[in-house]
Amino acid sequence: MKSTAFMVLAGIVALIVAPAVVYPMLMVKLLCFAIFASAFNLMLGYTGLLSFGHAMFFGTAGYILGLGMKHLGWPPEIGLLAGVAGAALLGLFAGVIAIRRQGIYFAMITLAISQLIYFVAMQMEWTGRDDGLHGIPRGRLFGLVDLENDYALYGLVAVCFVLALAGIHRIVTSPFGQVLTAIRENEARAISLGYDVDRYKVLAFVLSAALSGLAGGLKALALNYESLNDLHWSLSGEVVMMCILGGLGTLSGPIAGAFFVILLQNFLADKVGEWLSVIIGCVFLFCILAMRKGFVGEIAARFRVTNRSGRAAQ
Amino acid sequence: MTEIFGVPAQVLYGQLLLGLVNGSFYALLSLGLSVIFGLLNIVNFAHGTMYMLGAFLAYLLLMPLGLGYWWAIVLVPMLAAGLGIAIERTILHRIYRLDNIYGLLVTFALTMIIEGIVRVYFGVSGLRYPVPASLSGMIDLGFMRLPVYRMWVIFAALGLCLLTWVLIERTRLGATLRAGTENPRLVQAFGVNVPLLVTLVFGWGVGLAAFAGVLAAPLMQLTPQIGHSIIITVFGVVVIGGMGSILGSILTGLALGLIEGVTKVYYPEASSTVIFLVMILVLLMRPHGLFGKQ
Repeated sequence: MKSTAFMVLAGIVALIVAPAVVYPMLMVKLLCFAIFASAFNLMLGYTGLLSFGHAMFFGTAGYILGLGMKHLGWPPEIGLLAGVAGAALLGLFAGVIAIRRQGIYFAMITLAISQLIYFVAMQMEWTGRDDGLHGIPRGRLFGLVDLENDYALYGLVAVCFVLALAGIHRIVTSPFGQVLTAIRENEARAISLGYDVDRYKVLAFVLSAALSGLAGGLKALALNYESLNDLHWSLSGEVVMMCILGGLGTLSGPIAGAFFVILLQNFLADKVGEWLSVIIGCVFLFCILAMRKGFVGEIAARFRVTNRSGRAAQ
Repeated sequence: MTEIFGVPAQVLYGQLLLGLVNGSFYALLSLGLSVIFGLLNIVNFAHGTMYMLGAFLAYLLLMPLGLGYWWAIVLVPMLAAGLGIAIERTILHRIYRLDNIYGLLVTFALTMIIEGIVRVYFGVSGLRYPVPASLSGMIDLGFMRLPVYRMWVIFAALGLCLLTWVLIERTRLGATLRAGTENPRLVQAFGVNVPLLVTLVFGWGVGLAAFAGVLAAPLMQLTPQIGHSIIITVFGVVVIGGMGSILGSILTGLALGLIEGVTKVYYPEASSTVIFLVMILVLLMRPHGLFGKQ
């Protein structure tokens, strides 16, 4: 317990010091994807459901926020809330349909639904189609804080990040989260114990979608634009990758994975050009074949941390 | 000019033909996916990439080597099958014991790698592959003009689908294969080399995808992204039809191609989404797909 409290404290100190060392906009991007990967982990890591369409929540929230703030004059807090609500609704729709099948079909159905959303967004006038939606204003948070200042924006993203993580921690340690783990470990047993497994799955899906929406909304707000890339399945694949590289079913794994992938992209993009996806693909392939627990999982296994906390959880 | 529901008949026939062409591709690809899934328990995300690779290999044979279309249609599926066999032997055989989501993820990584390499060498701008001289031109049927090449695509794709069906459902080898799908250990105990069978099946499936790529090459601009949307559409087809039945895959693929074609005539805005809408409807009414087993 002591070490956990220490980790949390160290994390918060790091978040406060970070913008003095790293460009705040890079930190913003890292944190947005860390939220996204953590939200995704709620599905694959804790419930054992592989969604291959999570970009639809990320991108949809970004478009909702962008359209509302650009054309309707919403303040940023309303934009974020609307984005989260929109993503959650879409999550409810996709979840109800996708849980009708299990395993690999679940992945294919989520992928297909996200492709549906992608095509719809591509045809709509108001998304700007291939050009994307440009010139989203950042506005003033609660009418007080001017987010045009990068440090203020970083503050908002950092607070959202801490809240999202606290929320996820709360979810997975709650009785609800224990049922999700039970579903992951043995679905038939969870059913025989009398749990309405489908309702738990849909709820987990909606929560994960809402948090993905938060990440997407924050990213659109920070970068002032939203594009179809944020709805594309390659982003859905990327978030799966972040989670697996970092380590599934741990709180810090997806964060580490997201940081790793984004930093790698950032540093290599102008050096290796098109080889980038080859390199990331190879890293991912190696990780699945040789270290399935991910960075965090492998390190934790070395120190035998997972064993103990795993037992405690049961 | 005759009209059908307010649309000139020629336009409708033209789109139906295009739908049939697309449907043949869906059939060929979903068939390959089903066969691979049946024996390897892997959903091959790289199937679209193999289709793309087929088209690019055909281009490579033509440009530096000067080997034309007929060479390509024989050699490319064999080359791709060889690559598939190498991938199965070095990578895929390591993950059979794992949950089958890892199969999807490994093949996703392969997609990134192979597609990245193609992008490095060819860039993202479109290349043109000419229609072979022996198949160019039109046939005038009176009520419409048929491009010969499109007819050939439908004929060749369905021919190969049927050949696969006969191989699996009507031969001794196919019977062993089906038994291997049911219970690999027992079949192994009877002295059948199941791992070899698995390797060959993966090669065959990949070969089918590459064959589809060669067939498609003269019909479009070749970019490294051509496998992107087709693979997801084919996933939709597979969810609708269920992966259990070969004839089911073929019929579902053709039917969805036709539905797409008709939609393009009457409500073009929905033509790219209609397959996914059908998928949602089918899931709501028959969650296990039209031909799926419980």
